[in-house]
Amino acid sequence: MWRIDINTDLLISLSLIIVSGLLSFTLAKQRAVFYLRNNEPLRSMPIYHGLYVSLWSTLLPIFLIIFLLFFKDSYLNYLVIPFLSEETIDLGIDEILYVKSFLINNISSLSTLISSGFISEGDANLLVEKYQETRVISFSSLVLLSIILSFVSYKKLSVRYDARRRVERILKFIFFVFSTIAVLTTVGIIFSLIFETLRFFSQVGFFDFVFGTHWSPQTAIREDQVGSSGSFGAIPLFTGTLLITAVAMSIAAPLGLYSAIFLSQYAKPKTRDFLKPILEILAGIPTVVYGFFAALTVGPFVRSCGEYIGLTVATESALAAGLVMGVMIIPYVSSLSDDVMTAVPLSLRDGSLALGATKAETVKKVIIPAALPGIVSALLLAISRAIGETMIVVMAAGLAANLTANPLSAVTTVTVQIVTLLVGDQEFDSAKTLAAFALGLMLFVITLALNVFAMIIVRRYRERYE
Amino acid sequence: MKLNGDLIMDEQKKQNNIRNKKSLIECRGVDVFYGDKQALFGINLDIGEKEVTSLIGPSGCGKSTFLRCINRMNDVIEICKVAGTIKIDNEDIYHPDVDVVELRSRIGMVFQKPNPFPKSVYDNVAYGPKLHGRILHKDDLDAKVEKSLERAGLWSEVKDRLGEPGTSLSGGQQQRLCIARAIAIDPSIILMDEPCSALDPIATAKIEELIDELKDNFTITIVTHSMQQAARVSQRTAFFHLGKLIEVGDTEKIFRSPDHEQTEAYVTGRYG
Repeated sequence: MWRIDINTDLLISLSLIIVSGLLSFTLAKQRAVFYLRNNEPLRSMPIYHGLYVSLWSTLLPIFLIIFLLFFKDSYLNYLVIPFLSEETIDLGIDEILYVKSFLINNISSLSTLISSGFISEGDANLLVEKYQETRVISFSSLVLLSIILSFVSYKKLSVRYDARRRVERILKFIFFVFSTIAVLTTVGIIFSLIFETLRFFSQVGFFDFVFGTHWSPQTAIREDQVGSSGSFGAIPLFTGTLLITAVAMSIAAPLGLYSAIFLSQYAKPKTRDFLKPILEILAGIPTVVYGFFAALTVGPFVRSCGEYIGLTVATESALAAGLVMGVMIIPYVSSLSDDVMTAVPLSLRDGSLALGATKAETVKKVIIPAALPGIVSALLLAISRAIGETMIVVMAAGLAANLTANPLSAVTTVTVQIVTLLVGDQEFDSAKTLAAFALGLMLFVITLALNVFAMIIVRRYRERYE
Repeated sequence: MKLNGDLIMDEQKKQNNIRNKKSLIECRGVDVFYGDKQALFGINLDIGEKEVTSLIGPSGCGKSTFLRCINRMNDVIEICKVAGTIKIDNEDIYHPDVDVVELRSRIGMVFQKPNPFPKSVYDNVAYGPKLHGRILHKDDLDAKVEKSLERAGLWSEVKDRLGEPGTSLSGGQQQRLCIARAIAIDPSIILMDEPCSALDPIATAKIEELIDELKDNFTITIVTHSMQQAARVSQRTAFFHLGKLIEVGDTEKIFRSPDHEQTEAYVTGRYG
């Protein structure tokens, strides 16, 4: 029995196209080598002849395959829907999807569908036949296209043909396409965030969200439930994030910077080679490990310290989470700052030392100003790492959305709330789940603003060396 | 008998390239090692006060290494070890009690490639005086900067652009800025490590003129690859080869009638 599996078919035609590309590569290259042997004035090297033909024979068909992948779904709809019984279509999109997934997985499950009355036996046979036809036509035509293209471009090649510059042009185009893909993906993510956020704001007021001070995102499943109206004030989440990030950075910034200065300016090369990887291990420890370290060791320690001097400290506190997070992000600060400070030209350092500056004066007045942009981006990276950190906060700072500036109390952060909003069984269009998108968008806007702000600062104060 | 002894002494001095005239820097048996490799072999060299001494020799002969011994910039290189004695004003600069930072603040240095700090022209020159705290008032600092730039022959060119970054000047101006920066700390000695090798002929001529003026106030030691430059600017010339000091003497003598064959081969361009 044939499977209705577009993915496999695509793979088969893809490999055929690649084979055709490789074959034409060898052929064209061999012919060019033959020209060379005969001392004919070959304009481009043989490899460019090969590349030219193989690029022509593979690129367009591969793009078509990618295109087909995008439209696979509507193609299946077009194929399947005419054969479904009226009742099935009336039942709605979920049922159509169900039938389609059966068909895609295995044609033998057709019998299941027949017995459950989604499709009649005659229709099933017709469906299979029609599918066979279309796929034979579409996929063999892709392979055929590849062969034709390679043949045409092979014909164009001659001794004086400028294949090198044409290959260069094709490669330039490919690089352009790839860079666009990265940009488009980002744009796509942002737009999906924006649209879901707009849906959220149709249910919850914008100002209630941005300026609200109470966060309890429960929505009712039934109308008559207790506490059915959730409130979505995001301020406590952002202050919580800010608080924990501030605690973390007050640990990571000085420790990281000073260790970077030591590593790059004072340490002997051997010491540096030994210390730097060890410091970087800190970044490789899974955050869960940091999390339970924070919850089981640092949290209780902070609490007993606080009690010793007469302060009430919650078991889960922003301080404990922030401290551990600060240690975790030290390598982000130190490693990058070390790299940029090492990159400051030795001639500048020597110039300063020769004027009778001490090492510390040289670091302060020459090295750090010159390395400022790199140091700032190291700090920014650490901050965004701290803002995005979830596990440590869940385990050590709790889930309670308290609006407080006291690092000794339990707080929660934006990312933690996004997780709790989305875990478990959820309706996808309730305000509760959509709130996650709104939080995500707001977080994105804030980190973007942070980056732009830092860039402006750096541009103002940096000392550019050539 | 005494006369004979003096004669022997003179002969020895000549052998060891030691001068009779008053010297500011006296080097005796200076060996330098980079790890296991020896870069300098028992250098005996005296550098006279308020004159220009040029160090010449083929690449890798150790002349720059020797220059960097005088202000102990070799300390910066981890694997570098210096043996022997170097005395400045009869003070052994490699004595354990010597404060390297203080020593360097008495010696200006100009490097091969202009290396102005990525700060304003003003801050470049003010860097040293500010560090050493010899100046308390802003007005005095302004005067110091102006005077240093003037002595480096740069004041008229940059007096309207003191706030611009030093790196925005042309190559020759940058190098003169570096000289001004070195002068600003009131050194008695200025070391120059091929100061013109990155500059065009016009900028080079300006720097050479400047060196000639500066020698009235400073003791200058210059490493150079250009024999013409050595002949133009220096009163005494030392020829290095393979880590050894082959010959030192008045510049005129070194270029006209050197004692050693190797020196003659080098200065006439047949070798090196």
